[in-house]
Amino acid sequence: MTDQTPKPDSSATTPAAPTPKPESSATAPAAPPQAAPVEKSELEKKFPDAVKRDARPGYEGDVVSADKLRDVAMYVRDDLDYDFLSSLTAVDYFSDLPNAASHMEVVYHLYKSTGGGSLVFRVQVPRDNAVVPSLIDIYPGADFQEREAWDLYGIRFDGHPDLRRILMWEGFAGHPMRKDWKEAYFEEELKPYKNRWPEGQVYRIEDRNPYGKNNKYPQGLNPETVTETADPLLYENLEKAAREYSEDIDTEQVVVNLGPQHPSTHGVFRMAVRLDGETIVALKPVMGYLHRNHEKIGERNTWIMNMPFTDRLDYLSSMSNNFGYAIAVEKLMGPKAAPPERAEYIRVIMAELTRLSNHLWAIGFLLNDLGAFFTPALYAITERELILDIFEATTGSRMMCNYFRFGGVARDLPAGVLEKIKDLVHERLPRKIDELDLYLTENELVRSRGEGVGVITPEQAIAYSAAGPVLRASGVPYDVRRADPYSIYDRFDFDVAVRYHGDVYDRYMIRIDELRQSLRILQQAIKGIPGGEIMTGKNPYQIRVPAGEAYGRVEGPKGELGYYIVSNGKANPYRYHVRAPSFINLTVLEKMCVGQKVADVVVNLGSIDIVLGEVDR
Amino acid sequence: MYGIGVLKGLWVTLVHFFESFADDIRWGGKRYYTAEGIQHRRSSDTKGIFTVQYPEEKLPVPEEFRFIPFLLYDVDENGNAHDRCTSCGICAKVCPPQCIWIVRTEDPTTKRPVPEPVEFYIDVDICMNCGYCAEYCPFDAIKMDHDYELASFDRHAEHIYNKEKLSKPTSYYAGIRPTNYTREEKVRADEEAKKAAGAAARAATPAAAAAAPPAE
Amino acid sequence: MTTETRPNASAVNNAGYDMPPEMRQNVAITTLDKIWNMGRRYSVWPMMFGLACCAIEMICTAASRYDLARFGMEVMRPSPRQSDLMIVSGTVTKKMIPQIVRLYNQMPEPKYVLSMGACASGGGPFKEGYNVVSGVDQYIPVDVYVPGCPPTPQALLHGLMKLQEKIDGESITKVRWYQKGEIPAIPVPILGPDIIDPRDYALIREAKPAAAQAPAAPAAAPAAPVAAAPAAPAGTAS
Repeated sequence: MTDQTPKPDSSATTPAAPTPKPESSATAPAAPPQAAPVEKSELEKKFPDAVKRDARPGYEGDVVSADKLRDVAMYVRDDLDYDFLSSLTAVDYFSDLPNAASHMEVVYHLYKSTGGGSLVFRVQVPRDNAVVPSLIDIYPGADFQEREAWDLYGIRFDGHPDLRRILMWEGFAGHPMRKDWKEAYFEEELKPYKNRWPEGQVYRIEDRNPYGKNNKYPQGLNPETVTETADPLLYENLEKAAREYSEDIDTEQVVVNLGPQHPSTHGVFRMAVRLDGETIVALKPVMGYLHRNHEKIGERNTWIMNMPFTDRLDYLSSMSNNFGYAIAVEKLMGPKAAPPERAEYIRVIMAELTRLSNHLWAIGFLLNDLGAFFTPALYAITERELILDIFEATTGSRMMCNYFRFGGVARDLPAGVLEKIKDLVHERLPRKIDELDLYLTENELVRSRGEGVGVITPEQAIAYSAAGPVLRASGVPYDVRRADPYSIYDRFDFDVAVRYHGDVYDRYMIRIDELRQSLRILQQAIKGIPGGEIMTGKNPYQIRVPAGEAYGRVEGPKGELGYYIVSNGKANPYRYHVRAPSFINLTVLEKMCVGQKVADVVVNLGSIDIVLGEVDR
Repeated sequence: MYGIGVLKGLWVTLVHFFESFADDIRWGGKRYYTAEGIQHRRSSDTKGIFTVQYPEEKLPVPEEFRFIPFLLYDVDENGNAHDRCTSCGICAKVCPPQCIWIVRTEDPTTKRPVPEPVEFYIDVDICMNCGYCAEYCPFDAIKMDHDYELASFDRHAEHIYNKEKLSKPTSYYAGIRPTNYTREEKVRADEEAKKAAGAAARAATPAAAAAAPPAE
Repeated sequence: MTTETRPNASAVNNAGYDMPPEMRQNVAITTLDKIWNMGRRYSVWPMMFGLACCAIEMICTAASRYDLARFGMEVMRPSPRQSDLMIVSGTVTKKMIPQIVRLYNQMPEPKYVLSMGACASGGGPFKEGYNVVSGVDQYIPVDVYVPGCPPTPQALLHGLMKLQEKIDGESITKVRWYQKGEIPAIPVPILGPDIIDPRDYALIREAKPAAAQAPAAPAAAPAAPVAAAPAAPAGTAS
């Protein structure tokens, strides 16, 4: 099942994989120069004995030896200017065949904050003793991503100061994303399951579990002796962080837990806060309360089955999630899967409507957190409902749209929908956004609660891999739609919204700005939408994707949404990872909050605009 | 001056407050409990009270709306029901959470599969309403229902839908999705015609049969 | 709204006794149950408690278009101590279930649980996941199940009306919270190597670990869908 053998024929069908491979350039057609080969050879030239090119067909970037990783990362950041660590993730190349090679791989995707393509490098380590040096002091944005890789894959990051489990709890048995780890409800390695048809005798899987639940326990466990270890460890680390903040603790500090059930944590999110009086001295986010094993399920699903699951990542903006996943898979499938013109326009229209509905929601609930309980949210929800009506008429569902397919969209816009969008975009929404602006922007209470609160400098924002509105509110005009254009965004005339103070107020303002820019894009897209097909080729229920890897990213409403997928040429993805903007934006939360008053925690959190489905996946 | 912003905000809420009365007065009694009233409240120039008074008035769901899937059966002129489902298993294979179970019929004498399922189950506690089963069914045999009022007191007894509970007549489908129904029936009729023409041609000249495309 | 209260008012005003026609205008008789239940059904305060995607639809239900206030349910309380109804809106994970059980224990009687959506009812599309609880009713008793993924706000309202129906059918002499003795709290699960329900201690000690590891045997007797109701929801016994 872990087919890693290079297939020359499949590499010939992946011309879109941005893989400058001199060795196999005879078979691979000219790849778009997304990652300039000059720099790559530079990396190789600079570290001749530590770096070598990844020779597997369909793969890009270099393989770096673990002991030189930190030097390479330092060089890449300081000399090559790849200052934005977009994604760090692990892949378990596992084979239970006797002679096959197995290893763990950590993949790094880096970008320049000034725009352009990616730089990819990876580290390969043995599975049974996976240790990789931590990059947390070079790229602080690696913090949570390394913890996630430790939690799910058991890769130890040497030098990480707080390497606790992040999604599962401390004490959980095993690292669940490893390919040889099986859950209690394990039925088969890959979907579709054989027993659903033609002998599909229905059963509930819990009835076949000895406990009647989704549980399994290690051998010889005495359940009465089990104690929870997660919280003591958390408080210990919190105290450590507090000591870093101020050496002499003369007043008694208290620990306050906000969440997981708290009205302003936007879901089941928890923050353990250590307070000196009312001042925050340390804050640790605790997540995983909505960890739904998206990636583990995603690797069992077929390619197309993952589409409705992506709806449930950032459930406020399912269309954008669809978009990112479709782009990643289409990248791997090559130009034969490029969607037709009309589908591209529909995609852009839907993605921008999603941004509108998401930002309206975000503004409404940020004001909720500021204490304006529910009236701004009610006004925002009214507009969102009208947008959801469009989604419902087009896709059949208000929230879980499941609308994009590889090479197009599921169905054409029904009669009358385009007129409705036109009405909204030209008439109602500009008026309503102005009204929202008049209603809130100059409000003295909003200003005094927002200005100068939770300031993030541009350097910090880039270092912590913050993305989307959080990054742009700090004065970094980085928008994937402009920096690394995808789909047809290069055709539209719009400004990348940017604000320069990096505080809560600017993070609110940037969303108002982006609402207006989205309307501009929508107005152009509605004007320019052509007729014609909405799907390239057929829409088969099972597709095979050529072997290789791809990293597709879009500018989601919450920030840069990336999908890292690895295919081994079969009907199911071998690795399916989501670079969730909400999750990575939370890395900067502690920096935002330390030194401020406890009342500002919820405001800071609200201004990041997280969705727990995406944070925990 | 400090406080202007707050006053502006209060002005906006005040306008909203008065709009809710103004629109009610303008519409007289017709704003509520009438189809055009509901339509007005969901249109892009709605003002004032936005609320739909469920359950007295219900927001009409669009044609594409999807909830739990259901199975279609045709009723012939003698009143006999025929499942459209041929138990080909595509819906079970494409279902992302794998919530469909199908038992294929076998002819008792020849042991060959009969194109009609004996049993068809959907576990609605797993179903994610994604609509793939309806989208990829080549026989238009499974469609997404519009009925969302399904709350119950017991899931253990009721939430695995069997074939009996899932089956609904084609006329019901034609009622909830008229456009789709008309389009699909046209395609089906065309294919039937093609099939009939092919069969006729095959009967006339065996040589022509090779040229006729298989009608499935 | 008035159209809704009127039939119910007359329903309260009828205890099944014949009254002379001349008294009908002046005297109303009813049963204590009916008065009691009417008071309760129109003031169910849900807990402001959201888990996942369904929570967004729950918020929409409470917001401008669907307006839960019409049912007397607009007072969403962030504290379990002040709420009557827990809407379990979304995927219940193993990491979250101890908190959910704790919240449930903290709610004062009478209390109801509405399981919203496929995930809360039976695990939903994420059922196979290693961190997902396949049905919140394995830990706390559930009164109403609303299918759908996610249920639309109108579907949730229908579920809430079902709950009102259930409240109407109760009698203060029979409901468990007015009986003698204390209702024991549901033991809070522990996060060990996997989630451990204290009620399962004996089962965990006795179960053969090999059986726990074995994947579902396809040969196992098929459960008839309608007849096979497994053990009642976990909490109802307590």
